[in-house]
Amino acid sequence: MTADVLGAPVKRVEDPKFITGRGRYLDDITLPAMTHMAILRSPYAHANIRSIDISAAKAAPGVVTVIVGADIPYNPLPMAWPAGGASGIQNNISTPRALATDSVKWTGEGVAAVIAESAAQARDALDLIEVEWEPLPAVVDAEKAIADGAPQLHENAPNNHVFDWQVGDKPGTDAAFANAEVVVSQRLVNHRLIPNPMEVRGDIGWYNPGTGEYTIWMSSQTPHIQRLLLAAFVMGVPEQKIRCISPDVGGAFGSKIFCYADMALVLFASKAIGGRPVKWVEARRESFGSTIHGRDHITYVDVAATRAGEVKGLRVRTLANLGGRLSTIGPGIPTTLYGRILSGPYKIPNVHCEVTGVYTNTTFVDAYRGAGRPEATYVVERAMDLLADELGIDPAEVRRRNFLPPDSFPYDNPSGLLTAVNGSKLYIDSGNYEPAMDKALAMAGYADTAAKKAEAKARGKLLGVGLSTYIEVCGVAPSKWIGAVGEGWGAAMWESSNIKVHLTGKVVVTMGTQPQGQGHETTYAQIISHELGVPMEDIVVQHSDTQGTPFGYGSYGSRTSNVGTGAAIKAAARIREKARRYAAHMLEASVDDIEVDGAEYRVKGSPDKKKTIQEIAFALDLAFDAPEGMEPYLDETAYHDTPNCTFPFGTHIATVEVDEETGNVELVRYVAVDDVGKKINPMIVDGQLHGGIVQGIGQALWEEAVYDDDGQLLSGSLLDYALPRAAWLPNFELDETVTPSPVNPLGVKGVGEAGCIASTAAVANAVNDALSPLGIRHLDMPFTAQKVWGAMQAAPRSSGSSKGGQA
Amino acid sequence: MAELHVALDVNGEHREVDVEARTLLVSMLREDLELTGTHVGCDTSQCGACTVHLDGLAVKSCTMLAVQADGSSVTTIEGLGQMGSLHPVQQAFWDKHGLQCGFCTPGMIMTAADLIAHNPEPTDAEIRHAIAGNICRCTGYHNIVAAVREAASVMRGAMPAATA
Repeated sequence: MTADVLGAPVKRVEDPKFITGRGRYLDDITLPAMTHMAILRSPYAHANIRSIDISAAKAAPGVVTVIVGADIPYNPLPMAWPAGGASGIQNNISTPRALATDSVKWTGEGVAAVIAESAAQARDALDLIEVEWEPLPAVVDAEKAIADGAPQLHENAPNNHVFDWQVGDKPGTDAAFANAEVVVSQRLVNHRLIPNPMEVRGDIGWYNPGTGEYTIWMSSQTPHIQRLLLAAFVMGVPEQKIRCISPDVGGAFGSKIFCYADMALVLFASKAIGGRPVKWVEARRESFGSTIHGRDHITYVDVAATRAGEVKGLRVRTLANLGGRLSTIGPGIPTTLYGRILSGPYKIPNVHCEVTGVYTNTTFVDAYRGAGRPEATYVVERAMDLLADELGIDPAEVRRRNFLPPDSFPYDNPSGLLTAVNGSKLYIDSGNYEPAMDKALAMAGYADTAAKKAEAKARGKLLGVGLSTYIEVCGVAPSKWIGAVGEGWGAAMWESSNIKVHLTGKVVVTMGTQPQGQGHETTYAQIISHELGVPMEDIVVQHSDTQGTPFGYGSYGSRTSNVGTGAAIKAAARIREKARRYAAHMLEASVDDIEVDGAEYRVKGSPDKKKTIQEIAFALDLAFDAPEGMEPYLDETAYHDTPNCTFPFGTHIATVEVDEETGNVELVRYVAVDDVGKKINPMIVDGQLHGGIVQGIGQALWEEAVYDDDGQLLSGSLLDYALPRAAWLPNFELDETVTPSPVNPLGVKGVGEAGCIASTAAVANAVNDALSPLGIRHLDMPFTAQKVWGAMQAAPRSSGSSKGGQA
Repeated sequence: MAELHVALDVNGEHREVDVEARTLLVSMLREDLELTGTHVGCDTSQCGACTVHLDGLAVKSCTMLAVQADGSSVTTIEGLGQMGSLHPVQQAFWDKHGLQCGFCTPGMIMTAADLIAHNPEPTDAEIRHAIAGNICRCTGYHNIVAAVREAASVMRGAMPAATA
C-alpha cells in the first residue's frame, strides 16, 4: 500500500537539480547559430525621437543587424485588463511598442536593438547608435501629474488620467460620515517597489523559415497566455505557429506575468536575420527600466466610527501611478484587486473607494506579489491603528470589535465590494478571525507589551508592536465573474490538467500552471499520489511548454493551489472512473461492484478479486482486450473553473526597536498565525510564508524606488535598491489555525502572497507604535534610519534621551 | 580583441582557455567551460549568485577577471557534490527546504560551505552575517539559516577532529 503523502512535509523533487547546479534557466540555454541582442534604452524620462543613426553600429565588429522601431510592423502590446466594474469608465490606453518610434515616456524604454555574434559585441555596438533627442519636461509623481500645467504624456489621456474608477455605496458612506461620532483621516503613501526576482528576465526567439514557426523560450509565469497575446494581438501570426517555453524560472513575484516588448522583438529579429536564434537577457540595472514595478499609491483614507470603536464607514481616494505606458494588466491591480477588498476581515457597512489611474514618466506598474491586496490591507490596517489611537482603545480590541463573526460566511459584502455590475457575485467563503488573532497575541506575549517597552526604553530603544489582521484573496477568479461585461479582464481564469498512466504504470501529469519556485512538481505529485494510490516516485509533473501541456493561465495571484489542484483532482477522478470500468471488465464484475482503495480496484465482497491501477493501465494501454466502446489508454484531461475565490486570513505581529540616537529600526520579533486552510505540504507552505513576509518587511523598512524630478531612477541598481538581507532579519515564529475552504475539494486556499499582504502593515504599525510616545501619529514607509531620525528630531515630544536636556 | 591564455584547475580538472582580457571569471565558467550552475543575478557584485571557491575561499566570480584566476584552483557548485555524493550543505538545503526557485542556491551553498569550513559551529547571527552578501528573494532566509545550522552540525559529527 502506498503511504498517503497528502499533507506531509515531503522533500521537494525539484531540488536535486538546483542544489547541484543542474537547473536550466533561460540564460543557461545555448542554441546552434545563436545570436545575442542588446537594447538601447532611453536616457530621458520624456523625449521625442528626432532621428536615429545606426550606420556606425551596423558596421561594428560582430554585428549582424540593427533594428529600430520603424522597422517593426507589429501592433503595440495589448492591455488586457482595463479598469471596469462600473458604467462609463473611460480607459485612455497607451501601451509600449516592440521599440519606441516617435517618443519615449520613461528612462529605460527601448528605442533600438543590436543583434550580434556575442552579447559583448551587441552591447559594445549600442554605444555607436546616435539618437537625436528632443527632451521634454517630465513628471514622476501622480499628484503632480494630474495638476494643472503638468507635462502631458499622451494625447488620448487629458491631464494624464488613465481612468477614474469607483466602487461601493457613495450616498451610504457619505451618510455614515455625516452621522459619525468620530472621524479619522490620513494621507498614506504606499511607495513604489521593484520586484527583483534573482533571475532577471530574458527570451530566446527562433524563427524557422522551413516551417514558418516561431519558438520562444521565455522566463515567464504565463507561456500559454503569451502565445495567445503574441499571436492574436501583437504579431498577427496564427496561434499554432508560435510555441512558448518557460524553462526553470528563477523567481518572478508577478513581474514575469506580462507580455513584454522584448518577446516580440526577439521573434521579429530572428526572422529578420534569416532564422538564427536571438537571445536577450536583461542586465540587472537594465531590468529596473525594462521590467514592471509595483505599488505606488497615494491614498486619502477616512474612517467613520462610534466612540466604542465600531467602524461605520470607510472612504478611500487613491491615485495609482501606472507609469509611462500601460503594462498588460496594470489598471486591474489598483481597481478590482484593491478597491473591492478594502474592508478586509471587518464588518464595515459603508465603503466607498475612488481610484484615478495616472500616467507619469516612470517605468510601468503592474502586479507585484499581492497585487492590490497588500495596498488594501495597508490602508485598512493603518486605519484601524489610527482609529485605536484616536479612541485610546487597544488596537487588538478595535479589531476584535469589528471582525466579521464566524457565522457570517459565506459573506456577501453589503457594500458590494465583491459584486460585479452584472450581478455575478463573489463571497468571502470562510473565516474565523478571532482564534487566529488570540493565538498570535499569546505567542507574541502581547499582554506584556508595556513592560517590554519600559525595558527597551532603559536600553535607549523605543519598542513598538504592530498587528496586521489580514485577509487574502486567492484564485481570482471564476471565469464568469472575471470575464463579466464591465469587469474588464479579457479572458477566463480556469485551469487545466492532463494525466496519463502509461503502460509501465508510471504517471505523467501535465499542468497549465507554471511554477517559479513554489514546488509544483512536488505538491501536484503528492495530490496525484493520494488520488491514484501511485507512489510519488512513479509520478512526474510537467508544465510550462505550450507544446505538450494543456492550455492554462499560469501561476500568479496564489491561484495554483485552488484552481490548479481542482483541475488535477478532477482529471484524477476521471482516471479512476475509467480504470474502474476497465477493472470491472477484467474481473468480470459489474462496475457498481468495483470499489477503489488506493491503487487497488476490488470486487466488493471478494477482496481477492482485484487489479492494481498499474495492471489496469498495462492492459488498457495495450487494448488487446478492450470491450466495445471503451477507448484505449488511461489518459484524461480536465478543466476546472473555481466556483469562488478562497480567502486565507490571519494575524501577524511585528515587534521593532527604534534606536533613540540613530533612528535605526530593528525588527526583533515576528509572529504569524495564518489560516490557509488544509495544507498539501506544510513545509512548502511555511517557506512561502517566510518569503512573502520578508518581501513585505522589505517594503516597510528598506525597499523604495526613488525617482528625481527629471525621471531619473536614483535607486536604479542593487547598490541603491535595498533588497532584504539575512543579517537584517530574525527567525520567524509561525503557527496556524485551520479553517478548510468549502470552495476547493481539498479545503486548501493558497499561500503564495499571504505573507507579503500581511507583513508590510504589521511592521508599519509597529514602527508607528514605537514612535507614538514622541507624538508622531503617522510616518510613511520605508522606515529608513534617515527618515525615522528626521521624524524624531521634528517630533512634538522628545524621546527623553536623543535630545538630552530637552525632556 | 586580443585574447589571453588562462590555465587553472576547475573542479579538480586542469583547464586551459583563451579569453578576451575583459572576460569575467563567471563568464568564462559559464560560457567557455559550460558550467552554468554558477549564476549571474546582478551587475554590481551585490547578489552573490556567482559565488565559487577560489583556492579554498568563497569569492564572487563576477568581481574578478578570468585572467586573475590563472594558476588558481576553482570549485563551482558542480564540483562541490553531485547526487549520490552530496556535500552536507547541499543535503541540508534539500532537507530543510532552504531553496525555492533555486537561482541563488548555488552561490548560497558555496558561501555556506566556506563559512562552515572556517567556523564549524556558527551561531545563527554568524550564519546571517556570513550569507549577507548573498541575496535570496524567495525564502526569507529562515530555512537557509536552518540548513546551514544543520549542515554545520552534521559536519561536526562527521569530522569531530575538525571542530578544534
